[in-house]
Order: sequence, then structure tokens, then C-alpha cells
Amino acid sequence: MNNLALKDQQNSNIAIKNNMIIEKLKQHGTLLAFLFLILVNILITPNFLQIQTLYVNLTQVATVAIVAIGMTLVIASGGIDLSVGALMALAGTIAPLIFLSDFALMSPVLGLTLAILVAILAAAMGGLFNGFLISRYNIQPIIATLILFISGRGIAQVLTNGELQTFDHASFEFIGTGRIFGVPFQAIITIVIALSMAWVLRRSIYGRFLLAVGGNEQAAKLAGVPTAKIKMITYMICGALAGVAGIITTAINSASDANQTGQLMELDAIAAAIVGGVLLTGGKAPILGALLGACIIQLVGYTLLANGVHDAVAMIAKAIIIIAAVYMQQMKGAK
Amino acid sequence: MNLSNMLAAIPGMSRHNSASVRTEGVWIALILMLIFAGLRYDAFLSEYNIMTFLSYNSMFVLIGLGMCFVIMTGGIDLSVGSVVALSSVVVASVSHLGIEVALPVGILVGVGAGAINAFVITKLKIVPFIATLAMMLGARGLALVISDNQSVPVSWESNFTQFGLGKAFDFLPWPIVTMLVIFAICWVLLEKFSFGRHLLSVGGNEDASKLMGLQVDRTLFSVYIISGALAGVAGVMLASGYGAGQPLEGMGWELSAIAAVVVGGTLLTGGVGSMTATLLGAILLGLIFNILNFENGLGSISFSAYWQSVIRGGFLLVVVVIQAKIINRQTMLKS
Repeated sequence: MNNLALKDQQNSNIAIKNNMIIEKLKQHGTLLAFLFLILVNILITPNFLQIQTLYVNLTQVATVAIVAIGMTLVIASGGIDLSVGALMALAGTIAPLIFLSDFALMSPVLGLTLAILVAILAAAMGGLFNGFLISRYNIQPIIATLILFISGRGIAQVLTNGELQTFDHASFEFIGTGRIFGVPFQAIITIVIALSMAWVLRRSIYGRFLLAVGGNEQAAKLAGVPTAKIKMITYMICGALAGVAGIITTAINSASDANQTGQLMELDAIAAAIVGGVLLTGGKAPILGALLGACIIQLVGYTLLANGVHDAVAMIAKAIIIIAAVYMQQMKGAK
Repeated sequence: MNLSNMLAAIPGMSRHNSASVRTEGVWIALILMLIFAGLRYDAFLSEYNIMTFLSYNSMFVLIGLGMCFVIMTGGIDLSVGSVVALSSVVVASVSHLGIEVALPVGILVGVGAGAINAFVITKLKIVPFIATLAMMLGARGLALVISDNQSVPVSWESNFTQFGLGKAFDFLPWPIVTMLVIFAICWVLLEKFSFGRHLLSVGGNEDASKLMGLQVDRTLFSVYIISGALAGVAGVMLASGYGAGQPLEGMGWELSAIAAVVVGGTLLTGGVGSMTATLLGAILLGLIFNILNFENGLGSISFSAYWQSVIRGGFLLVVVVIQAKIINRQTMLKS
């Protein structure tokens, strides 16, 4: 009798162990996919293992990764943000308007600081507006953020009359083209943002509250979580991060283009966040996953491009990746 | 839950099909704008302006009607803009065979896209928002691949361009005729067929509808196919009216369609909706631009084209907030 119970215990232990291995595999599915992509590239892409390739990819992935981090927070709160691309355009347009003004020419340092701060602030205000509509009026996030998706870019275009603003401003351009110890500056910004957001989520009350709101809003509310405030902060952070990405894009191009900056960024960011493992039902915010997701999306695009495939095929590939990632996520959830 | 409660939980079962959409607001707004514009601009009520205005906006009416079906089931279709582009590119390449071939081909393209959307939503159980987002990317990518990033010229020898530029009985442009016919079909489908009641009940309460024995999946399949098919027709209009299949056209059209539905008063929560209100909503949104153009022509103000998106967003904001207040009051009254 006793023996049998022990055997049962052992069996279930083995089962648990097996489960754990499968769990581990599942948990690191994204990482495996990433490594697999790299392996494929080493085999088929010419000149893949060169430092130049790494830099090109790092430069291109930074903006997607930054926006994807914000998107991860928003999705974790149970929402979505379609306005990130438009807010990128807004911030990217505002910054040059300020540092090219007469005031900034008189005091360059203050002008540049103001340009960056005001641009990020404007994008953050856009996010706050989204959060306000969503939490105050219970408007669905898709629709609430649709408003700025339409108008945000419009405001940026009105500000510049839709024209390209070119500039020659070494210290601003450093954000997009500078290197520190050979590493692209925007890659460093991305990593700093990712690490600090991951820390905030783990260690701060905001992080706990965010996951509570996303997990079960009603329960969180009853437990005394200030859900409206948490949501507003979340959308504000997402907006601010989109602003940072917009500034980087403008700095890379040495020009602000209200029509093109951040086009389709919402899709890339959502794709990266989902591939990174964020649950569409909310309650989970894998920041480093978003980083990895962005890298995968970037690498898929790069692989196709470097091998001479039509560039639009990358869009179809992304579409399939999104569906596959969500589907696998749901299979996991169903178990 | 007893039967009467259950019936009450399903809007389509308990009421007249679309009784709960109040169209007074949109009617009043439309009439006021027409009076204002008619008195202010000489050429506003000219045959030319009315015909060009309606011809151009018939594309938006079509995708708006399709979107309305989808939204009534509680879903959303973000892929319509891309499907319009894909359809326009495909039909442009078969335009030499005449409209008899091109129109069915365009519809087929849309039906195909809609069927894939429906499959992903009903069989893979992926939320409509993500499923159609992926299709938005995929269809756009496919359009760009097929057309090799170029616009595809249509044949002017066949009767293809008649569909977009010709007039029925030398009077009414074909796009307007098409729009009216399709509107009538949609109206009958929603108001007079059991299909209409089914889709409203699916949108009102999917689980209850399932328990009632409605074929929820089949209803969902139908609405996404309708939405795709109408986007396909809009693509044919685009190609034949502008003489080219345009892989980059239709960006953001899904948002215009959603805006038209919302402005018409259809609730985004599903379960209620009206084709008439959507038609009016689409025309109302178009009218804003028409009036802005005239106002620019008068020279009293100079709004660049970029103001349009700002104003469109502002308009959407007002409507959505009013809607949210109504919904919130209703839920408060219920509880």
C-alpha cells in the first residue's frame, strides 16, 4: 500500500518533470525561433557574420523595439494602441521645429534639451488622451486610439504643411547615427529603456497594479487598485516611448517627414509584442520578450531582403508570424 | 436562466431588427450641413458636384456597409483597405477581358480574403482584431508583390473603365448605381431575412446564440465574406475610376469605414446596427471634406488637405464620446 503510494508519487514527479521540460521549451520558444533564424542566416545569407550586419540590424530594430515595449505594457493592461505610429510622426516633427527655431539658435543646449523634452511630452500627452478616453468613457481601446491614429499624423502634417524638414544638426543627429564604443547609440537607448521598464514592472507598485488590471480589471478595482489611473499612466508611457522612437527616426534621417515617420509601426509593434509572448487577454508583460520579438520581426525582414526576395513578401511573412504566434499562445492557454 | 431572460439577452431576438439604432442625430447633422453648404456655395448643389461627390464616396459606402455587418457581430475588419488595393491590382491585370470578367474576379479576391479572415477567427479562435490585422498586412504585401510596387495600368479598349467612369442611361454614374443596388441588397438582408436577426443575436450574445442553436460560425463566415466581397467591388471601382490598379491606395480606409459605421450610430459592442445609418455616416464624413474644399475655394480660410484628418479625428471623437455616454447610461440603468 505504502509502496504503491510512493510509486504514484514518483510517477507524478516524473510527469511534473516532463511537463517542466515542455514548459521550459514553450517558454523559450521565442528564443529558439530567434536562434533558428540566426542559424538559417549563417547558412544562406552572404556576409551575415559581420559586425556591419549586426549594426545595420541594431539600428533598424531600435525604434520597433522601443515602441513594442510600450505596446507590451498597453496589451498587458488589456488594451491596444493604434496611435503609436502617428505619435512618432508628431514627436519627430515637433523636435526639429524647436531646435531650428530662433530661440534654439541663440542657446543651442537649452534648445536641444527642450526640443527632445517637448517632443516626448507631446507624444506622452497623446497617450494620456488615449488613456483618458479609455478609462473615463469606457471607449474600446481600438476606437479610442483610432482617433489619434487619424488626427495625430494630421497634426504633424499641419505643423509642417506636409513638407520634409531637413536639418544639419550634429548633436541631434547623434541620437540616430552616433556610436558609443562602436555600438549604435539608439541600441543603447533601447536597452536602457528595456531594462528600466523590466525593473519597474518587477519592483514597483505600478507594475503589480498593471498586471492586476490586465488580469482581471473588476477584481483589481474591488481590491482597491486605481484602475483608471493605472491605465492612463500605461497609455502615457506607451505614447512617450513612441515619442522617443519618433525622435530617433528623425535623427537617423536628418529630416522629419510627417507623412512617412512611423507608418505601419503599430503593426510591427503589435507583432513584436505578441511574438514576445504578451497575452492578448492581458495580465502578462514580458518586456524582454518584446525586445526579442522585435529582433525576430527585424531578422525575418532582413533575411528576406538580404536574399533578394521581393520586399513586400516580408509583410506576408509578418502576417503569418502574427497568426502563428497568437495561435500557439492560445494552444498553450487552452492546456 | 429561463427562456425569456435569454431572449431578452439577445437584441436581435427581442426587438425589431435594427430598431435600437437612432438615426435622428445623423439625419439632422446631414440636413443641417446640406442646408449650410447649399446656401453658402453656388456650385455645391450643381449636378457635377453631387455626382462626383457620390461617385467618389460610393467606395467608402461599400466598405462601410461591409464593416457594419462585421461590427454588428461584435467583430472588426481591419483588412478592407488592403483588400481594396489587392482587388484593384488584380482586376487591373484582367481588365482587357472586360468588366464581365473583372467584376467577378474582384469580388472573388475579396471573398477569398474574407474567407481566410473567417477561418482564422472561427476555426483558429483568434480575435477578429488580430486576424484581420494580419490580413491587412498580408493582402497589402500580396498587392505589392503582384504589382511589383507599381500601379498597374488598366485597359482602355475594353468596357472596363465604364464601370468607374461611365453613366447608366447617360445620367447616373455607374458607381452610384452600384452603391444603391448593393445598399438595397444589404438592407433587405439585414431587415427582412433571418440572417439579419441571426447576426444581431450573435453580436448581442454569442454564447446565448450558440445555446439557442444558431449556427454562429456560419453567420460569422458570412459577414467576413460580405465585408471582403464589398471591399473587392470597391477595388474594381477604384481601378476602373482612376485607370489603374493601385497597390498603395486604401491605406487607412478601414478606419474611414469604422468611422462611418460609428458616426451612423451603430454600437461597437455589437448586437445593433443599421445599414441606412451607415450609409448616412459615410456620406456625412465625405461631406465634411467636400465642404472644406469649397471653403478653401472661397478663400476665406485656407485649410490644407492635412486639416482633413485632424477634423475627421475630432468628429470621430465627438461621436464616440456621445456614444460612450449613451452606452454607459444604458448599462447603469440596467444595473
